[in-house]
Amino acid sequence: MPELELEPTETEVKKEASGRFFNRFTREQRYLHAVLFSTFLGLAGTGLPLRFSESIWARGLAGAVGGFGAILFFHKFCALVLSVAFLIHVKEIFTRGIFRREKGIFWGATSMVANWKDAKDIFNHMRWMVGLGPKPEFERYAYWEKFDYWAVFWGMIVIGFSGYAMWFAPFFARFLPGWALNAALVIHSEEGLLAILFIFSIHFVNTHLRPDSFPMDMVIFTGVESEEEFRHKRPQEYARMIREGKLEQRLGTAPAAWFVTGAKVVGFTAIFIGLTLLVLTLTAYFR
Amino acid sequence: MTKAARFVAFFVAIVAGPADWLSTLLRFTRLQRASVISLFALVVFLAPHRLAAQTDCLACHGDKTMQDAAGHSISVDGDKFSASIHGSLQCNNCHADIKQYPHPDHVAKVDCKSCHADEASKLTSSVHSSSKEHPCTSCHGNAHEIFPKTDARSAVYPLNVPKTCGQCHSDGAMASKKGLPSVYPHYMDSIHGFALSKEGLLVAANCQSCHGSHGILSHKDPASPTYKSNIPKTCGTCHAKINDDYQAGAHGHAVASGNLKAPVCTDCHTAHAILQPTESEFRTQSTPICGSCHKDKLSTYRDTFHSQLGSLGGYVETARCWDCHGAHEIYPASDPRSPVSKANLVKTCGRCHTGANLSFVQYQPHANAHDRKLNPALFYVRLFMNLLLASVLTFFVIHTILWLIRSRFDQVRRKSANGGKDA
Repeated sequence: MPELELEPTETEVKKEASGRFFNRFTREQRYLHAVLFSTFLGLAGTGLPLRFSESIWARGLAGAVGGFGAILFFHKFCALVLSVAFLIHVKEIFTRGIFRREKGIFWGATSMVANWKDAKDIFNHMRWMVGLGPKPEFERYAYWEKFDYWAVFWGMIVIGFSGYAMWFAPFFARFLPGWALNAALVIHSEEGLLAILFIFSIHFVNTHLRPDSFPMDMVIFTGVESEEEFRHKRPQEYARMIREGKLEQRLGTAPAAWFVTGAKVVGFTAIFIGLTLLVLTLTAYFR
Repeated sequence: MTKAARFVAFFVAIVAGPADWLSTLLRFTRLQRASVISLFALVVFLAPHRLAAQTDCLACHGDKTMQDAAGHSISVDGDKFSASIHGSLQCNNCHADIKQYPHPDHVAKVDCKSCHADEASKLTSSVHSSSKEHPCTSCHGNAHEIFPKTDARSAVYPLNVPKTCGQCHSDGAMASKKGLPSVYPHYMDSIHGFALSKEGLLVAANCQSCHGSHGILSHKDPASPTYKSNIPKTCGTCHAKINDDYQAGAHGHAVASGNLKAPVCTDCHTAHAILQPTESEFRTQSTPICGSCHKDKLSTYRDTFHSQLGSLGGYVETARCWDCHGAHEIYPASDPRSPVSKANLVKTCGRCHTGANLSFVQYQPHANAHDRKLNPALFYVRLFMNLLLASVLTFFVIHTILWLIRSRFDQVRRKSANGGKDA
């Protein structure tokens, strides 16, 4: 059974360690993630007390920040910041993909757009999980990473649009039927709930807490990952880089220790807040 | 006795002293003399004797330390008594069984009824009928220091009434021992209590404005001003316009037609702890009150942003029931006078939502996303969102759990390969 072939042990990995680091995310992408998760935590922290306004902790949380007026203000503030970040990201994509004619934005191995390989990967990955086949070799973005991306992308459009529809209800009512305002709250709160449950459980585990990355995948903070991690997590991309002779171009520098420490503090805080909100949500939901 | 003796000597001096007084008197006819003398005698007899009756008693009872055999004070403050409303009476007008001195050790209890028959008869049929538990003095204060109710010294002066009633109707006091609610602290914190205690507003409602004074009846008694169907009229004695509005509205009609489930003033405003309706506390406490009857409306309201934003107090501006439906003059939505009738919606919603138009007011503040017939579009939107949420989470929870198990399995295998030290 080739799929059960032993991978190198930790000591062997260490022996093989090249000490080389490769770039995965650009500075802009890391900033985008930072803005995204901090505003998302803000939106979740202020949105949940509204969604579950009958529960005890909602009262406490509302009181702590100065009542529901303050909560709503903070919610709108985070929404605005996130909207701007989202628009910048979309503009960046179109600039790179259409104006600069950069390859691999809308299709190909490096694109976020799903392809046939992703469908096969889902199937094979799950076969591997239950011991029925070899582990698929992933490219630059694995299918669950693409799903995360598109879930957030779709979520921001849906939650954002319904949110603004409620914020500027009389304006939106000029071209939306009245029941759409009712639907806006249902959509906003359900999609928000989905985002919160998904990010704070699935994304946290898939990206950070699973054994391969435990306790946290630092690449989104530092932008670089070790050669071993690169090869282990995305063997197909690694192989392609070597094949195309581009591996050296991706060489980055090891992150400074203080930066990693700082990033860990921020990251663990975010995960802690997220898990707390997850517990609160679940208690309110199954009350 | 010395006072009386001095009085007699004084009169003798006035009458007998000057010679011309006497000679004038001597020149009178018998009849004239007799009438003048009897007139004097009358004055001499009456004037000092009335005072003498109080003074006689006060000679003993003026002693502040005087007590009866049981140790109760039986002293009377003569100055206060003479200033009181009963100051012109003689002691035995009330203590009628005392004819002479010395009087028996045991004297009868004074019966106020002998003069105040009306009040006494009202009291007998009231909740305070037991004269043993509720003697007149329990409200009117010390029997020898009773002032008219218009006098600020009176225990039943409007500004003093709550405190007087509060002696019993307060925390841990007599009434609460008998299982009656403590109302005094609620009243004092109410808008009426504030007007009375802070502003000294004499017209502010005090206890007896609503409950009456001598003829207080239980609120269960249909004749009581606090009986449910009488409450609008009782409050209306001051709040006349609001009573008119209320009587014209749906609740007023219902109560007038004998439906005692419909709310009256106190159902929303409470009886004693009445708050200023613009206060956040009132705004948050009243929605559930409407909802105690209009259950389906409350539950659908709870699903809306109005409720979510406003349910915890800090944000009081969001629409509550009466912001849209009106407070006192509530009409059904089909009535053109109702603020939620079709023709008035743009104006009503526009009070908060500047720029509200005909499309905007199609918004349903009581939509039910679980009712396919009533709100089909909303029903399917919710269904889609629920299915999306359930399917995404179900798939990924299974996916993630399997992945975790498999990854951990591999990890342990890798580590156990190293002599099991890292497992």
